[in-house]
Amino acid sequence: MSAPAAQVPVSTTRSGGSAPEPRTGRRKPKLSFRHRASAWDRRYSPYLYISPFFILFAVVGLFPLIYTAWVATHDWDLIMGQGEFIGGENFMAVLGERGFWISLRNTLSIFILSSAPQVVIAILIAYLLDYNLRARTFWRMGVLIPYVVTPVAVALIFSNLFGDRFGLVNSILETVGIDAIGWHSGTLPSHLAIATMVNFRWTGYNALIFLAAMQAVPRDLYEAAAIDGAGKVRQFISVTIPNLRPTIIFVIITSTIGGLQIFDEPRMFDQYGRGGTDGQWQTMTMYLYELGWTRSDFGQASAVAVLLFLLIVAIGLINFVITRRISSSEVKR
Amino acid sequence: MQSVAVSSVLALGLSACGGAADGDDEGGAADGEAVTLSVTTFNEFGYEELFEEYEELNENITIEHNKIDTAENARDSLRNSLGAGQGASDIEPIEVDWLAEFQQYPDRFEDLTDPELEDRWLDWKYQDAVLEDGSLIGYGTDSGPQAVCYRADLFEEAGLPTDREEVAEFLGDSWEDYFAAGEEFVAESDSAWYSGSDNIWQGMINQVEVPYQDESGEIIADTNPEVKDLYDQLLKASVENELSAGLAQWSGDWSDAFQREETFATMMCPGWMLGIIEGNAAEVEGWDIANTFPGGGGNWGGSYLTVPSQGENIEQAKELAAWLTAPEQQLKAFGVVGAFPSTTEALEADELLSATNEFFNDAPTGEILAERADAVETQPLKGTEYLTINVAIQDAINRVDVDGIDDPDASWEKFVNDMEALR
Repeated sequence: MSAPAAQVPVSTTRSGGSAPEPRTGRRKPKLSFRHRASAWDRRYSPYLYISPFFILFAVVGLFPLIYTAWVATHDWDLIMGQGEFIGGENFMAVLGERGFWISLRNTLSIFILSSAPQVVIAILIAYLLDYNLRARTFWRMGVLIPYVVTPVAVALIFSNLFGDRFGLVNSILETVGIDAIGWHSGTLPSHLAIATMVNFRWTGYNALIFLAAMQAVPRDLYEAAAIDGAGKVRQFISVTIPNLRPTIIFVIITSTIGGLQIFDEPRMFDQYGRGGTDGQWQTMTMYLYELGWTRSDFGQASAVAVLLFLLIVAIGLINFVITRRISSSEVKR
Repeated sequence: MQSVAVSSVLALGLSACGGAADGDDEGGAADGEAVTLSVTTFNEFGYEELFEEYEELNENITIEHNKIDTAENARDSLRNSLGAGQGASDIEPIEVDWLAEFQQYPDRFEDLTDPELEDRWLDWKYQDAVLEDGSLIGYGTDSGPQAVCYRADLFEEAGLPTDREEVAEFLGDSWEDYFAAGEEFVAESDSAWYSGSDNIWQGMINQVEVPYQDESGEIIADTNPEVKDLYDQLLKASVENELSAGLAQWSGDWSDAFQREETFATMMCPGWMLGIIEGNAAEVEGWDIANTFPGGGGNWGGSYLTVPSQGENIEQAKELAAWLTAPEQQLKAFGVVGAFPSTTEALEADELLSATNEFFNDAPTGEILAERADAVETQPLKGTEYLTINVAIQDAINRVDVDGIDDPDASWEKFVNDMEALR
């Protein structure tokens, strides 16, 4: 829609410019302010109309991004502010720290443990909700309830459930004869516990997104499939899933961004919020927080922020390439 | 990140309210003008009733109480507001462990020097808050002389003395005695001797004169033989001799353990800990307090009230801070949460010396803690990185005692690495 509108002013000014010399010479003095104003209007106002987004983006998106990179190249104290320019020193210092690599490992591990099951389970829940259930709205709203609970409350409840000594989960495990698991001392157990919190909160939300997409699938496709003799499972795999692909891409990319920035749940997982005695569940955002607020080295914290940004972009690109391949193969079919 | 942003927005909102209330005054409202003062505290300061009292005394003043759960979070939040140049309460608390850290930024705080108040506090309490240029960063609130709390019922089951004085004798004067007594206890009981090594560490490290940083601020924590010796001694007692219940202080498991049958028998007890034990162990009978402390005396914790310069009502905030830390108010806070006074007048008051604590078997807690305060010989030199280093070493201890993922040497290695990263 905007394309022709933008072309109109361009084409008129061009024709005016390329017109024979004498005619423009004669017309020039006649060009009143109103004419010129209307020419400007046609030429520039489209930019003006779309500018709010770009101005907003520059202020809240681009500027912080560039400013963070600027801080990352300086010696910077939270309270005392900017020190001298030190180039890549902050990056080298961060990359040389054991804590950074541990936090990277934890972030990726918790991300995979939460995002992958989340998408699968969300699709299955959405598929169930897509049936003609009794009290449909009740069930659909029901899956959204965990999302409404604040993450901090979720974290408090779950960190109690996952108490090492007297937690409910371990009590149950012990009654069925399994040894108690050190949810706060082991690396993988802590990641599982945190991933559980994340999944609890986000699965229902994603399920509703999938449900909306499923309902947009033309019903005659299912009828045709049924006539061809496809059962429920075959219909789900060959009709539902292919039609969901754009939505799956969307959910995967949003959960990548959210998953890599995970903070609330691991921070609330114990009383100190530092990610364990050995950084068992310290994620990159928590590491960033520790550098910036506890050690008050804003330069290094910003360096971590830049690295995290690059990581998200890299994983986002990988996701994009993979999922685009899936969707393009879909088009060919 | 999100919760940080939210809390600073909230704090902004609060200070904005304060600004609106006294909108038309220029630099300090005149008497009688409505003013809202915000006060941040952490853990339990016992100020709730005092605020009401102050509001009744000064009708134009409304107090907004911003209560933070732990000292660490209070520190992070203050740091954040100082960095942003806004968002701090009119009165902000600073704990002794991170006092030196904030003394690096004297221009962010008001000088609270007042000739009339100079002699109000114990000398060390006052001197700790005095900066190089002679200005005063904060008024002292409480102090933390430590005694030993114990479960008389568990002592009895183990066939040990239960009477306060006999227990004090049984526990002895040194850490060796205390650990030896523990071995005697665990041999006869299913319970542990103490909740976790981190609790004992606070007792030990607060007796070291120069623990983590020397006078010039150089980090010596990992090279100081005194620190390493205590570390080894503590972990040997905790793990090898199984004196520890392996519970990290303040964790959910730790709070739960107070109510369990198999638990622990003793605990390092600064005055403010009494309220915490009572809260966690409600209904449990048998807690008592012994007038002794391993290795002599020791002070754990205690805070100061400061007035950040970014506030709008500096004069009123100073008045309130002075009032809250006055002997009478310190005594009231002691009555409510056991926060032990730091002013000389309050320390001599009959109210304090005659105070008993029903929960602790009617022990004369006032008298005991006053004697423990007298026994304090050393005020450790706490440098700018004290809190960070202490957190790192507590992590090292808990890796061994609580999580069991490292042996003492491996964990120490990691601590040494942490110190390298900090340098």
